[in-house]
Amino acid sequence: MPEKLDIDSLVQEGPFERDEVVRMIDSVVRKVSISGIDNEGAGIVSDIQELGQIIEQMRRDIGRSGVGDIKDKHIPTATDELDAVVGSTEDATGAIMDACEAIQGFVSESGGAVSDKIDAEVIKIFEACSFQDITGQRISKVVGTLKEIEAKVAVILDALGGAIPASSEGAGDATATDSEADLLNGPQMPGEGVSQSDVDKLLSDFD
Amino acid sequence: MSVDKDMNVLIVDDYKTMLRIIKNLLGQLGFKNVDEATDGTMALELLKGKNYGLIISDWNMEPMTGLELLKTIRGSNDNCKSVPFIMITAESKTENVIAAREAGVNNYIVKPFNAETLKQKMTSVLGEF
Repeated sequence: MPEKLDIDSLVQEGPFERDEVVRMIDSVVRKVSISGIDNEGAGIVSDIQELGQIIEQMRRDIGRSGVGDIKDKHIPTATDELDAVVGSTEDATGAIMDACEAIQGFVSESGGAVSDKIDAEVIKIFEACSFQDITGQRISKVVGTLKEIEAKVAVILDALGGAIPASSEGAGDATATDSEADLLNGPQMPGEGVSQSDVDKLLSDFD
Repeated sequence: MSVDKDMNVLIVDDYKTMLRIIKNLLGQLGFKNVDEATDGTMALELLKGKNYGLIISDWNMEPMTGLELLKTIRGSNDNCKSVPFIMITAESKTENVIAAREAGVNNYIVKPFNAETLKQKMTSVLGEF
């Protein structure tokens, strides 16, 4: 008789890592194969083998879907981009307010009815600049949500085992169109990319 | 009794852009003695060293929020205990306004706001100016 599998104790021990589940299935199949089985047992073994194949297929599908990239690439990139949005709008707002203060200085020196009107309009610009505070707070909330998603994806990946294949498998199949699309990355992050003088130098090297 | 526009005003916000906007608007209203703090702790330090006629504070700051700052001020035994306090914040839920009122806020401005709103709220707290 094959060694009886203690299902109850296994259930109490769970949950299991993916590799452990595969190992258990293999173990059951091996033991049943060695001990010999009747028709009913053969059906069970077949079901278990199919289950193992489903798990492996699921693992490959998840790998192809690029779920690992969500944690490792997409979310970190998105949060960096959003931080850059906050930084660049803050700089732009600062520049607008610099100009406004300069205008206020000029009109206070000149005086008169027109100056008062200009001053009133400048105040409206100042008021409008508070958009930067609101958008900054909204973006911070989005960044927080993205980080929560990142953490949850990490938990799912851990549960499925660390050996999920990366989506870059088969990257050699990339077409020329894909390569051109890869060139469209939008504005570079601060410190990345090259300066105009670098571009000029690079182009001059082609001459 | 008219409002003394030479009074010291303390503005508290962790966002320097907002500090600059509020300071400019206060300047337009004639209040030139304006000190800035970028969080609640810094505000408390400034309050120890000078008498202020008005505090205008953001809510959403770290590590000490505007609400915590308000509660600390109202719970203290210092001169600043009863300084008028206006909260300027993007937190516009009813429960926020109630919590601030219960903590002793004198008025509450929701961002984004304009100079006219600021003047109205300051008038309601300080009187006509």
